[in-house]
Amino acid sequence: MIPVFDLPTLWAFVIAFAVFAYVVMDGFDLGIGILFPFFQPGPERDSAMNSVAPVWDGNETWLVLGGGGLMAAFPLAYAIILPALYAPVIAMLLALIFRGVAFEFRWRDPGHRRYWDFAFTTGSIVATLAQGITLGALLQGIVVEGRSYAGGWWDWLTPFSLLVGVSLVVGYALLGATWLIMKTEGAVQNHSYRLAGKLAIGLIVCIGLVSAATPFLSGAYYERWFAWPQVLFTAQVPLLVGITSGTLLVGLIRRWEYWPFLLTLGLFALCLLGLGVSMFPYVVPNAVTIHQAAAPNVSLQFMLVGASVLIPIILAYTGYSYWVFRGKTGHEGYH
Amino acid sequence: MFDQLDALLLARFQFAFTVSFHFIFPSFSIGLASYLAVLEGLWLWTGREVYLNLFKYWLKIFALAFAMGVVSGIVMSYQFGTNWSVFSDKAGPVIGPLMAYEVMTAFFLEAGFLGIMLFGMGRVGRKLHFAATLAVAVGTFISAFWILSANSWMQTPVGYGINEAGQFVPEDWWAIIFNPSFPYRLVHTVMAAYLTTALVVGGVGAWHLLRDRTNKGARVMFSMAMGMVAVVAPLQILAGDMHGLNTLEHQPAKVMAMEGHFESHPDGAPLILFGMPDQEAGTVRNAIAIPKASSLILKHDPNAPLNGLDTVDRANWPYVPVVFWSFRIMVGLGFAMLALGLLSLWARFRGRLYDWRPLHWLALAMGPAGFVAVIAGWVTTEVGRQPFTVYGLLKTAASASPLEAPAVAASLLTFIVVYFIVFGAGTGYILKLMGKAPHPGETGPEAGREPIRTAGITPAPAVNPARTLGAEV
Repeated sequence: MIPVFDLPTLWAFVIAFAVFAYVVMDGFDLGIGILFPFFQPGPERDSAMNSVAPVWDGNETWLVLGGGGLMAAFPLAYAIILPALYAPVIAMLLALIFRGVAFEFRWRDPGHRRYWDFAFTTGSIVATLAQGITLGALLQGIVVEGRSYAGGWWDWLTPFSLLVGVSLVVGYALLGATWLIMKTEGAVQNHSYRLAGKLAIGLIVCIGLVSAATPFLSGAYYERWFAWPQVLFTAQVPLLVGITSGTLLVGLIRRWEYWPFLLTLGLFALCLLGLGVSMFPYVVPNAVTIHQAAAPNVSLQFMLVGASVLIPIILAYTGYSYWVFRGKTGHEGYH
Repeated sequence: MFDQLDALLLARFQFAFTVSFHFIFPSFSIGLASYLAVLEGLWLWTGREVYLNLFKYWLKIFALAFAMGVVSGIVMSYQFGTNWSVFSDKAGPVIGPLMAYEVMTAFFLEAGFLGIMLFGMGRVGRKLHFAATLAVAVGTFISAFWILSANSWMQTPVGYGINEAGQFVPEDWWAIIFNPSFPYRLVHTVMAAYLTTALVVGGVGAWHLLRDRTNKGARVMFSMAMGMVAVVAPLQILAGDMHGLNTLEHQPAKVMAMEGHFESHPDGAPLILFGMPDQEAGTVRNAIAIPKASSLILKHDPNAPLNGLDTVDRANWPYVPVVFWSFRIMVGLGFAMLALGLLSLWARFRGRLYDWRPLHWLALAMGPAGFVAVIAGWVTTEVGRQPFTVYGLLKTAASASPLEAPAVAASLLTFIVVYFIVFGAGTGYILKLMGKAPHPGETGPEAGREPIRTAGITPAPAVNPARTLGAEV
């Protein structure tokens, strides 16, 4: 039996934390991009954009940490997963380029603002879809031979991976809508409440579909979820998802300003936990475990020293930056 | 019709394309972040409005350049896996932690304080804002530190062992980080970034002086930039020379390619100024050369013997024509920068820095020279490392992902189209901002974003509005 908290396991948690931090932070700002067409050009769009402009760059840095951390801590997994998911990963990177520059470009070029707004939305949707497809494709399994990917370059495209992609679009859109509920007021906020209601129902349906499909992807998943006695533990996950979903719907109806965003994050956390149940200790399902993929201990130790000091500091000043830009984002005439 | 070689060439071209495009932005933003910190510091110290105006003028440009650097940089952190998976698997245990440290110490620092630097003028006190600017400037430097350490390790690998899976296993982190070529590459590259920025600032200042030589902001930026060029250009040539000697020691084949030395010269090698290297024939045609000068430069002795590529297995030759010419472009521009710096000193000495039009035209023409030199230098060192990714140990051909050529070709084509559209537009916006003359009462990057400027966020209670930058705008 492998000790629970050896270095590879610890690093699996650090990477999972980076992924979750990424979802927490970039999820809502991608979501705002997805919802952009639903807002009126002018003050509505401007205040939606301004609510994330000072922080998007830091948010995306978690994606770099996720990718860089995976290469550093689990180089074999990085070397297998990225070629396998070549098309969606490249699509995500290109989409992030469009939406990232749109933050600046739309202000510099009012004459073409609608094009950059379009780039912002399309980039956000494609990036999210690609992230979801990537996750779905990973979950459904990757063909591995020796130390490299051995499948074709369209293997990632299946109904299941598309379902996960669409679910993530709905999920991020909900994070965006609930973020705007917190950060805006008046017309934008009302609009966001209406959108959030529909999206919440959509996300709950999506979570249901993905959860129902996952155990049937491979025998191992079914075992992990339904074998006795783990089922006593694993059953808690859907139970908590149900409770959180119900509370979220109530919160949206009763207009609790802060809770919908936090509860949506709770749903994401539970989904990540579910993902952990399905995958751990594999990093490439049924093919490569975190121990097989892990870099030598010297590499993991060296990084752990830095990570344990630096990540808390990063969280502290990221928190400070959010605090500086706290409160409602303005719209014209507030003063 | 596509075989493995095509996929490899396409992957190499894709990496070269994305990294060259990416490198343009940090080589500008490293210098510009420091310049902004200097401007803000001078403003806080002297209280002169002109520094604040210049700060805001360049901050708008910085915001655009930085955004493009970030998005093109995210691509880089995934390119290793998508296109160079075998390299990632094998070198990941050494390279990966260095890049992870770059993310943790630099990217987060830059990104975390960028928002405050760009949009926080009205929300935090002056000193705190200055601290944010400093944090961004320091972050850009730390980023250069780690990424150049990783790159240098690929050039001069030390401090590793190799395990049974064929992976490089770190044995001595200190040796890995401060590998033999790293200190030279770091100094040379960071100075290149400073020079690049100084030339851009000087070019913009010159442009506005040509139109209105009384413009206060243009005079200050031109003077500062020319002073910087005059100081850094000679130092950079010195640093480049030392870097070259270091390369001769550790990667002799690269220097042979730079010099065009296909043949060994047992009693003093000539310095080939120009010529047409012919890789097939192993000779430089129509060479114009100074006898024994290469030995004099590289060995400080005109009669010292110098080996040529004939001492290296032909399979391990870098592609000489590219290395030969990119090196000459870099060196030629370096000396042009030195000339510009000296001319500006002479003009300053005669009291004609702001009204000697030929100098302004020259500075304007040299505005983009830093970028060309930086890319040429990068090509020299990277193509000169070929045919290896990890020098002498891991061949480029054995580093690539098992991808089919059409997949790489399709993504390469998309990268080219997207980069030209997006970064073309971005460069256009930067030029538009540069085309506007600096003026008193300059607005910051929030200009035009009415909602942010009129933002109804309650100011932090600890901040006295009179002390904030926003109160002065």
